[in-house]
Amino acid sequence: MLEIKNINAFYGNIQALHDVSITINEGEIITLIGANGAGKTTTLMSISGIVTPRTGQILFNGETISGMKPDKIVRSGLAHVPEGRHIFPYLTVMENLDLGAYLRKDKDNVKKDLEHVFTLFPRLKERMHQAGGTLSGGEQQMLAISRALMARPKMLLLDEPSLGLAPLIVKQIFDIIKRINEEDGTTIFLVEQNANLALKVAHRGYVMENGRITLEDDAKKLLVNEEVKKAYLGI
Amino acid sequence: MDYFLELFFGGLTRGSIYALIALGYTMVYGIVQLINFAHGEIYMIGAFTALIVASVLTFYGVNTVAILILASIVAVIYSSAYGFTVEKIAYKPLRNAPRLSPLISAIGMSIFLQNYVLLAQTSDFLPFPRLIPQFHFMEPVSHIFSSAELVIVVTTMVAMVLLTLFIKFTNLGKAMRATAQDKTMALLIGIDVDRVISATFIIGSSLAALGGVLIASHIGQINFYIGFIAGIKAFTAAVLGGIGSIPGAVLGALILGWTESFATGYVSSDYEDVFAFALLVLILIFRPAGLLGKAETKKV
Ligand SMILES: Nc1ncnc2c1ncn2[C@@H]1O[C@H](COP(=O)(O)OP(=O)(O)OP(=O)(O)O)[C@@H](O)[C@H]1O
Ligand SMILES: [Mg+2]
Repeated sequence: MLEIKNINAFYGNIQALHDVSITINEGEIITLIGANGAGKTTTLMSISGIVTPRTGQILFNGETISGMKPDKIVRSGLAHVPEGRHIFPYLTVMENLDLGAYLRKDKDNVKKDLEHVFTLFPRLKERMHQAGGTLSGGEQQMLAISRALMARPKMLLLDEPSLGLAPLIVKQIFDIIKRINEEDGTTIFLVEQNANLALKVAHRGYVMENGRITLEDDAKKLLVNEEVKKAYLGI
Repeated sequence: MDYFLELFFGGLTRGSIYALIALGYTMVYGIVQLINFAHGEIYMIGAFTALIVASVLTFYGVNTVAILILASIVAVIYSSAYGFTVEKIAYKPLRNAPRLSPLISAIGMSIFLQNYVLLAQTSDFLPFPRLIPQFHFMEPVSHIFSSAELVIVVTTMVAMVLLTLFIKFTNLGKAMRATAQDKTMALLIGIDVDRVISATFIIGSSLAALGGVLIASHIGQINFYIGFIAGIKAFTAAVLGGIGSIPGAVLGALILGWTESFATGYVSSDYEDVFAFALLVLILIFRPAGLLGKAETKKV
């Protein structure tokens, strides 16, 4: 469904991604794990068109999306929940959700999807008229995911949804991520520093070090891989 | 008391014009964090466009109210085209450059437009026809509040209400607020940020042009330099209210208008600008982000 083929991305003269290739099939949860500064966020930003890779190609459902403008990429069915959540702070929860459906014209289905995210995260319904910036970290993450779902994406990009959240909230959020994948059939590309958690929900995983993919395997196998255990699982 | 009221309405009128211009500064700043120094020139171009249209229509004997409306429409369209083009050629190519570059480009654009009008027109003041009619019902109070002032204040109020509704309820308005608060996220939800930026320049230019036409037909003369002075005042108003904040720009403009009007009326017209800028300095000392500005955060 998504094919990243040998991309090289730069910030100025500094190369952040070296020859990165990742393949994601429809219906999968794929995780990309790695330390701080490995290039995980840059990989997602390249998919969404915020960063333009200098060389290489990204295909989504057979269509080349590398080099396209971000709004065209969203239109093709990708939704991105960025690192740090990026809630619009002075807009209400409701307005944030509405904006998730910015490109959609099917107003009736948008209403249905709104009901759907409220069943996933009932807390958001209670906070509907509150400004996004006043929500707690966990609520903001729920809102960020919900806003992305409002685009009714074929594929969801999640950048460190566990960042800075209490374990209990993280568990809730990861349960929902699984549900989104299993019940709605949404393909998920999950970037995480919390490798243990990510590998438990994912089908397959990639390991990134200094902008390069160094390992790729079934998530279960990565969980017992000696190198991964030492470097990312703290065992 | 009459004198006080006269100064009050004079200040309100001045403030309205400043508000129309200040909105362009503050909206552009809110979206692209740039002080568009060429904005005053857009206002001036609006006034000149209206003058040309008015001269032609007067020649054909069209009635003054129709002239005022037609001249305003043409000025708005023409100035919008200028604002749009200025952004495309002077700012867009520098969007990822260091912050000083677009600022210098903005000052360059301002100087260019001034000189362009100076060469195309003249350096002298040109008489501008008084297009705003005298209303009979205003006669009893006309010594404190003239018909022209009434038209300026009411037009400004209508424009503010329309702008507020536009920003609050239309898709493009929502996209503008989203872009002002978080540009990366705006891109990620599929907002065409280039389009939002263009729309912001067009709206700001339209309001400035409207201000240009109104003030020119009130005062009765224009030259190529009016944009510079009005631009600086309106910019001061925007900073006073908190640059990036729309209500802030209006509030700052009104406070500035009244300060100037009362200072001129009760002290001396020599001190008009001194009071205005002293007020700015004072407010910035106590509220560095301006009256309604939010410190160190994104706005609108
Ligand atoms: N906007 C930027 N300008 C310059 N360099 C950047 C920029 N963003 C990231 N980098 C650099 O690119 C490299 C990869 O960063 P990236 O944010 O992709 O890492 P990451 O794996 O997401 O890290 P983290 O886990 O801390 O989020 C880092 O060395 C970082 O310093
Ligand atoms: Mg990151």
